[in-house]
Amino acid sequence: MSGEGLTVRDLRVTFDGFKAVDGVDLDIRPGDLRFLIGPNGAGKTTLVDAVTGLVKATGSVTFGGEELLGKPVHKIARLGIGRTFQTATVFEELTVLQNLDIAAGSGRGPLTLLRRRKGVPESVTKALETTGLTDLRDRPAGVLAHGQKQWLEIGMLLVQDVKLLLLDEPVAGMSHDEREATGALLQRVSEDHTVVVIEHDMDFMRSFARSVSVLHAGKMLSEGTVAEVQADAKVQEVYLGRASEPEPAAVPVPEEA
Amino acid sequence: MTVILNQSFTGISIGAVLLLIALGLTLTFGQMGVINMAHGEFIMAGAYTTYVLQKSISSAGVSLLVALPLAFLVAGAMGVLLEWLLIRRLYTRPLDTLLVTWGVSLMLQQLARDIFGAPNVQTSAPDLLTGNISLGGGITFANSRLFILGLALLCVLALTLILKLTPLGRRIRAVVQNRDLAEVSGIATGQVDRMTFFIGSGLAGVAGVALTLVGPIGPTMGTNYIVDAFLVVVVGGIGQLKGSVITAFALGVLQSVLEYSTTVSVAKVMVLVAIVAFLQWRPQGLYTLRTRSLA
Amino acid sequence: MTTTTPSVTSVPLLERFRVPGGFVLGAVLLLGVAPLALSDFRLSLLAKYLCYAIVAVGVSLAWGRGGLMVLGQGVFFGLGGYAMAMHLKLADAAATGETLPDFMQLYGTGDALPWWWKPFANPAFALAMTVLLPMAVAAVLGFFVFQRRVKGAYFAILSQALAAALSIWLIGQQATTGGTNGLTDIQGFFGYDLNDPVNQRMVYFIIAAVLLVLMAIARQLFVSRYGELLIAVRDSEERVRFLGYNPANVKLVAYVVAAGMAGLAGALFVPAVGIISPALIGIVPSIGFVIGAAVGGRASLVGAVLGAIAVAWAQSTLSDAFPAAWTYLQGLLFVVAVGFLPGGLASLGVVLRKRRTRTTPIPTGETA
Repeated sequence: MSGEGLTVRDLRVTFDGFKAVDGVDLDIRPGDLRFLIGPNGAGKTTLVDAVTGLVKATGSVTFGGEELLGKPVHKIARLGIGRTFQTATVFEELTVLQNLDIAAGSGRGPLTLLRRRKGVPESVTKALETTGLTDLRDRPAGVLAHGQKQWLEIGMLLVQDVKLLLLDEPVAGMSHDEREATGALLQRVSEDHTVVVIEHDMDFMRSFARSVSVLHAGKMLSEGTVAEVQADAKVQEVYLGRASEPEPAAVPVPEEA
Repeated sequence: MTVILNQSFTGISIGAVLLLIALGLTLTFGQMGVINMAHGEFIMAGAYTTYVLQKSISSAGVSLLVALPLAFLVAGAMGVLLEWLLIRRLYTRPLDTLLVTWGVSLMLQQLARDIFGAPNVQTSAPDLLTGNISLGGGITFANSRLFILGLALLCVLALTLILKLTPLGRRIRAVVQNRDLAEVSGIATGQVDRMTFFIGSGLAGVAGVALTLVGPIGPTMGTNYIVDAFLVVVVGGIGQLKGSVITAFALGVLQSVLEYSTTVSVAKVMVLVAIVAFLQWRPQGLYTLRTRSLA
Repeated sequence: MTTTTPSVTSVPLLERFRVPGGFVLGAVLLLGVAPLALSDFRLSLLAKYLCYAIVAVGVSLAWGRGGLMVLGQGVFFGLGGYAMAMHLKLADAAATGETLPDFMQLYGTGDALPWWWKPFANPAFALAMTVLLPMAVAAVLGFFVFQRRVKGAYFAILSQALAAALSIWLIGQQATTGGTNGLTDIQGFFGYDLNDPVNQRMVYFIIAAVLLVLMAIARQLFVSRYGELLIAVRDSEERVRFLGYNPANVKLVAYVVAAGMAGLAGALFVPAVGIISPALIGIVPSIGFVIGAAVGGRASLVGAVLGAIAVAWAQSTLSDAFPAAWTYLQGLLFVVAVGFLPGGLASLGVVLRKRRTRTTPIPTGETA
């Protein structure tokens, strides 16, 4: 499988009169590794919120032929769309293994749920390997380092068997090495999933993006390959010529433990 | 028709009592997310303050007027003490605060029993407040109820002015809307919390004074009102003054009209069902602070 | 699941036998030692405490695991208790050749039994209702409340209001529910005379056995995948939703199960104590149901049960001899146990042993 495509048409989200997303069209091909960039307040996170059912929106969002707008969050998730948040949210009191097992189980029947977990589902073992968390599987997720929590979240999306991953700033606050490892992880994941990444980090984008969309003030400013987008005069203007400069978040932080 | 109107007026006076009690809760519950079950005992403290004053000041009118500010101070001081001793340690666990303050409320009730005895006591209302006022067409309104209505509206007005116009009010609103941001902006949130608790608890004391006009004073008088008052805050929207005012009167009128058509107990159940139904429509209450924060 | 690799982290040997071992020990104590060691009077007191312990099993599940502040368990306890008492009153009346229970003749609304009393003459119906009625009420309320994401403080206050409403309603219906007095003076229990100490002992054994069975069920729920999911919902409801679950259903199960347990406890309370009344189910007793679990340790099943028994014992021992001192002590228990030892006495060992604060925060049962 190579994931499913996402089609967004004329998406609008309004907060008390403020147009956070203002008529966005977006086409993401199956198997793409798309980066969604833009200045703060451009509407990137709100776009993802709208797609995943967290905020109300008008327009149309279709995925594998199904209209998403108006569906509750958990139904959208079951169609195969998973997301992460800017601050990693894992279940801190449960172990890494338990976190992954829960993520793997939204389709479980009551009888399976009422029984004790015996052994480890294959998909969970695979996700542990993919994310490099095998050695930490019996640790409570609360004690993981920041980067490891982000990987766990991605691992949870993998076992959830999603076709489309929406990642909100997965490398924010990560060290250089962690960032490289995450990039490699994303490339591996995108081999058989569609991935959309919201990112501020331009270096990271240049290294790993297959295609890029630039949002500005709730509207789509530019789309294309990394090179095309960087050459776009409108984009350079929005970023005040900083398109080639890394943002503050990209300054390598000292290695964490 | 007259009956319905009369019931509505009774409802308004029930609402006024609820409002007086809920006002303080709106502040403490709204600002800090703290469910203070001992709020009912601050009401009791206000009522006993009135009782003690009346024993030393013979004029019922004078003692009532002195009792209002004094009860505010007594209950307010108790609130500050509670906040300082216990509640500030529990801000991250609002639901546990409910149980802890329930424990405090038990102890305060027993304290009242030890000091004043278990049986209820009475104060006498000033002559001016004992009669009824006739509004024509067979509709009457007890003077004491009218006084409570006036007092409640006065408190709403004063609280609104404090919140809107004073530097303290601005700080309180800042903390309500974003505690962390307020803190990094140089607001001593600890002090603001204590002041909020002082005002909120003080208002409970004032409510206690008002209650002496319509009923007996006893160690458990607070418990009878506390849950209803919390329902007012929940339905009105946490931290929303406007919501509490509307809800208090709406619930008061609804209760008394239903009481007339059914019985007191059935009316209670129906009001609760109405509240659950209302929360289906607006789970966050009548008015909400809208934010984009999630998860 | 299609394939599973064998579990690498099999439970250590000691750990594996700790739970069944503890269960057997509890069974020996409750069914063997206690009936031998205690007088008839003390055993019937213990039977009463065990009823509170049954409620605590459900509280531990819903509150300790699920973070649902169930402050209205008195409602379900009461529904179960009244369902049982209504049947027993009708049976008592029938045994003496009457058609109406004694209090109805006294308050006299007429000579017809109210229609909603009639089915309770059937023992099977009444027994089923002791559990199904509370569960149905919890299911309806829980469905509406959880679906709209009413949670935390809102949920706690609504539960309390429900407890208040039911007790006020019962008091108001003197002619058909016995009003403030409740349903009292119950003589027989399915043909057995409750005045006979032997039959009182039988009631004790039934209660103890029910407690053990319910603890086993709750234990299974705790260690099952559902138990893990419940913790996940408590800690981050929103995240669970994005994994494709509907957290409302997860919470609903815990709430309904806890309600059923409280109902059963209320039903067993009636033959053990001989009364059910509004004073046993209002706001104050509803909070009382929670405090035992809080003192013992809400997240620990055994802790919650022992806590409930200990608090009930302290209450009936101290409240008669030193009523004032008991009230202060009870208040202090709330403050100290909940405020400063949120894991309850069950966590005392852990707290003292390792002072590493961060790694495993003690579950507080808070929902965001």
